[in-house]
Amino acid sequence: MTTIILYTVLTLSIIGVLSAIVLYFVAQKFKVYEDPRIDQVETALPGANCGGCGFAGCRAFAEACVNKGELTDLFCPVGGNDCMSGVANILGIEAEKKDPRVAVVRCNGTCEHRPKTNFFDGPVSCAIAASLYSGDTGCQYGCLGCGDCVVACDFDAIYMNQVTGLPEVDDEKCVACGACVKACPKTLIELRKKGPKDRKIYVACRNQDKGGVARKSCAVACIGCSKCEKECKYDAITIANNLAFIDADKCKLCRKCAPVCPTNAIIELNFPPRKVVLTEQPVSAPEKPIEVPVSAEPKSSAI
Amino acid sequence: MSKLFTISPSPHVHSGDSVNKIMYGVILALVPAFIWSVVMFGLDSVRVTLIAVAACVVFELLIQKFILKVKPQIADGSAALTGVLLAFNVPASVPSWMLIVGALVSIGIAKMPFGGLGNNPFNPALVGRVFMLISFPVQMTSWPVAGSFGVDAVTTATPLAILKEGVKNGQPVIEIFKNLPTNMDLLIGNMAGSLGEISALALIIGGLFMLVRKIITWHIPVSVMLSAAIFSGIFWLIDPAKFADPIFHLITGGLILGAFFMATDMVTSPMNPKAQIIFGAGIGILTILIRLWGAYPEGISFAILIMNAMVPLLNRYVKPKRFGEVNIQSTKG
Amino acid sequence: MLKSFKIGGVHPAENKLSASKAIEVLALPKTVFIPVGQHIGAPAEVVVKKGDKLLVGQLIAKTSGFVSANIHSSVSGTVKKVETGPDTSGYQKMGVYIDVEDDLWDEQIDRNNEIKSAITLDSAAILAKIQEAGIVGLGGATFPTHVKLIPPKGMKAEVLLINGVECEPYLTSDHRLMLEHGEELIIGIRLLMKAMNVNRAAIGIENNKPDAISEMIKLAYRHTNISVVPLRVKYPQGGEKQLIKAVTGREVPSGALPISVGAVVTNIATTFAVYEAVQKNKPLFERVVTVTGKSVKNPSNYKVRIGTTISELIEAAGGLPENCGKIINGGPMMGKAFANTEIPVTKGTSGILMMPEKESKRGETMPCIRCSRCVSVCPMGLEPYLLMTLSEKQIWESAENEKIMDCIECGSCSYTCPANRPLLDYIRLGKGKVGALMRSRKP
Ligand code: SF4
Ligand code: SF4
Ligand code: SF4
Ligand code: SF4
Repeated sequence: MTTIILYTVLTLSIIGVLSAIVLYFVAQKFKVYEDPRIDQVETALPGANCGGCGFAGCRAFAEACVNKGELTDLFCPVGGNDCMSGVANILGIEAEKKDPRVAVVRCNGTCEHRPKTNFFDGPVSCAIAASLYSGDTGCQYGCLGCGDCVVACDFDAIYMNQVTGLPEVDDEKCVACGACVKACPKTLIELRKKGPKDRKIYVACRNQDKGGVARKSCAVACIGCSKCEKECKYDAITIANNLAFIDADKCKLCRKCAPVCPTNAIIELNFPPRKVVLTEQPVSAPEKPIEVPVSAEPKSSAI
Repeated sequence: MSKLFTISPSPHVHSGDSVNKIMYGVILALVPAFIWSVVMFGLDSVRVTLIAVAACVVFELLIQKFILKVKPQIADGSAALTGVLLAFNVPASVPSWMLIVGALVSIGIAKMPFGGLGNNPFNPALVGRVFMLISFPVQMTSWPVAGSFGVDAVTTATPLAILKEGVKNGQPVIEIFKNLPTNMDLLIGNMAGSLGEISALALIIGGLFMLVRKIITWHIPVSVMLSAAIFSGIFWLIDPAKFADPIFHLITGGLILGAFFMATDMVTSPMNPKAQIIFGAGIGILTILIRLWGAYPEGISFAILIMNAMVPLLNRYVKPKRFGEVNIQSTKG
Repeated sequence: MLKSFKIGGVHPAENKLSASKAIEVLALPKTVFIPVGQHIGAPAEVVVKKGDKLLVGQLIAKTSGFVSANIHSSVSGTVKKVETGPDTSGYQKMGVYIDVEDDLWDEQIDRNNEIKSAITLDSAAILAKIQEAGIVGLGGATFPTHVKLIPPKGMKAEVLLINGVECEPYLTSDHRLMLEHGEELIIGIRLLMKAMNVNRAAIGIENNKPDAISEMIKLAYRHTNISVVPLRVKYPQGGEKQLIKAVTGREVPSGALPISVGAVVTNIATTFAVYEAVQKNKPLFERVVTVTGKSVKNPSNYKVRIGTTISELIEAAGGLPENCGKIINGGPMMGKAFANTEIPVTKGTSGILMMPEKESKRGETMPCIRCSRCVSVCPMGLEPYLLMTLSEKQIWESAENEKIMDCIECGSCSYTCPANRPLLDYIRLGKGKVGALMRSRKP
């Protein structure tokens, strides 16, 4: 009995030793030199593997940083400036500072503002809805409300507001990785500079139809009247294709443009309430009764 | 025109087939066999079936409601079907509590943890059955004498068990056969065995019903039966004294039940005809292998479970014939 | 057993409600909106401007590339505006609005009803006429016909197949054309054969149209090189690859065009348009549209000017049924849903199908029960359940390896799935993504 055990143990040990030797040589032969700094950089990164930097994952980004030796065009939106300066330290170079950014959804076509014209009966996916038709409202530029952006976000930063049927971004959580921007088939989401105290002013509309058409389909559509453009002292607003755009880098958050918009398409967020103007300009009531889009009237506005 | 027209991607019509229809169709197809079991085992078979179905449905409901916290989907009929199949695979005399344990294993271990309907790799009813067989070997192999109407303690052995015992003791098959029911009895179901498996005839009627209703295709049942017949036939031809004939193998035990109702379980069978035939052939051969040389007299449950494990592999490597594939190869080669 | 294609296929309820209704000419509309992108390929360029006076058949937009098609005015009148308007999907597309005045035809067009059977033109001239007339595939695909008729270098067409299958449920416009204009169709076939220089043609017709089969056999009798092939009823027999397989037994290789096996397929309506264009000088500005549906009062086939809004057709057929929940452009298997009734008829509109409310909603989606029905009905031998999962999970490489691009979008899989899974929806999405991926790989 003891001999059997002895033999078993011996054979197993010999096999073990032999395999170890073989493995060692194999490992030597196939060893690839890797810059140890890649590991260091990787540890300095947040490890979210979200792809917000444009690389396949944090490791790929680390490799790119080390191999390139400089950090222009390389930025981890999740880690932000702190993280990038850490990376720069490891590589012994300077990091450029970038303004923190945050995602904003440029559509305010709630059920109330933008009556439904159709009923979409298909998979809950903006990509599929967009490939099929122009949307279940009169506006072919607006949010489809199926929440592809919500699914795309790894950080739980964007969620569907059940009342409005539109996605909303949680400024605290959003790391500006841009996943939602890519996911949205209507290119509604923009990464904007994070203002002081998260304040921001933007045109919540992408409708490029002529004023009349735009307004017909949505009460808060930008009609491209260029009143805001004239109002802005800092040339932050441009109008193209019947649509105004506020450049966050030029915008000084003076709040002059918002009240002049006849359709309340300009949204101000996280500002203290206006004193006088507020009563005259209720934030989002349509001025005109909503006109019915071409063929179908809404049964009820809250579907 | 105050109407919101529906918009959806094509196609805009549907065959009208549904999961419920399939599940209840299978249950309907099991009715003849159930009736026969009542004839043979009396109210006991009603008790076993009802308890198994109720237990499966209740467990699924509880798990969906309280553990997974999803909308209960018990109306789809899949849990009820698992219950019926579980009941059909146990002796009519099995104690109720054992059945409930079996149902718990079926639903709670073999089905729901994998994601419920459509995601379980193994046939839940069979997992429950095999679990019971291993845990309670005595009760699971005491077969009430057919027609004894619930009189306790009168038990007998299944034809396959008698055969196995006899062969083990070195008796020639012809001798053993003298103790066995005739082929006619076997076909009609006048023998000992699990509740639902005994009547090959009733099961075949159910199977044909499913084929006609296009609930299943012929590929799996035919390949199971054919391969079992051929494989057992080879040995019978080699030595008729030692091995039973293929007809006997086909109509005893759970082969027919397995071929038509267990192996064809959609969730755990392969996804295209080619793979289904390989799958069926594997089941047939494994069943006979276990019957002839295994420790258990019957092997269909194990055979199906083993082949269930192969399904992902089959799905991956055996592909349906693609349109235009041949030409590509011929132009390339 | 009659011929058919081999792999997969389904048999949806036929519901050919308007099969016995002769083609009627729809009254002229008051205004029309003619989009300039009615075909696959680049939209045509508008050549008229506001205020221009137009005659019926006058060119209003000309091709802007090889894969593109001319657009002609379908009415006479004044151009109201050149602006965007809703196309079939509800998106705003460029087009020409015309106020109708009178019905004055371009003098070039031969309005005589006499059938002109003598073929005087040569191949190049026929092709030029077809291109000039802006003819596209009228079965719904709207691929410019002249492009199809000119095989790529190194390939030669051997046989012309005419798709008289009309495998989509409800639609009957091709059926009626075969019954009422069989003779013109035969001339059209001969023109196409001459244009492509092929000496064999076969008309595939499904067995559920015995009258059309006997009519065409009778007419083709005089032409030994034109045969009529009755086919077993099976959807999607009208798919090009399926039709070629059914009629000739040849299988178009995966990823290749029908011409690679020497076949060119055109459909009945297109063939008729070819006849009119070449023999009568008449550009493509009207087509036959089936207006149908279970609760439609008067399901019929109408000859309609392109650009007429569908509401006028619906009125003509007895008005929008009370219970209509969905309007479909084409047949129920491959057609697209209309967003509203103010959308114009385009070259690709083969039918207008009104579905009752009850049938317009899909059933509840359940988990895949792995029944493999989708696999067995797929005419391309694909595994739709797998393709859907891969698209949903965005695993594009695997989807490509599983031949997602071979899918002909016939919808047999979604039609069959007992779990009501939106198989084709995701496969279509995947096809788009994989297609883009493959194009990006090419330099
Ligand atoms: S909201 Fe958009 S940008 Fe912000 S973290 Fe989520 S996916 Fe990234
Ligand atoms: S913002 Fe874009 S992705 Fe998000 S729900 Fe709206 S359409 Fe979909
Ligand atoms: S739609 Fe595509 S995947 Fe589905 S059955 Fe047709 S060809 Fe196959
Ligand atoms: S038909 Fe539907 S349920 Fe059946 S395998 Fe395909 S996707 Fe799954």
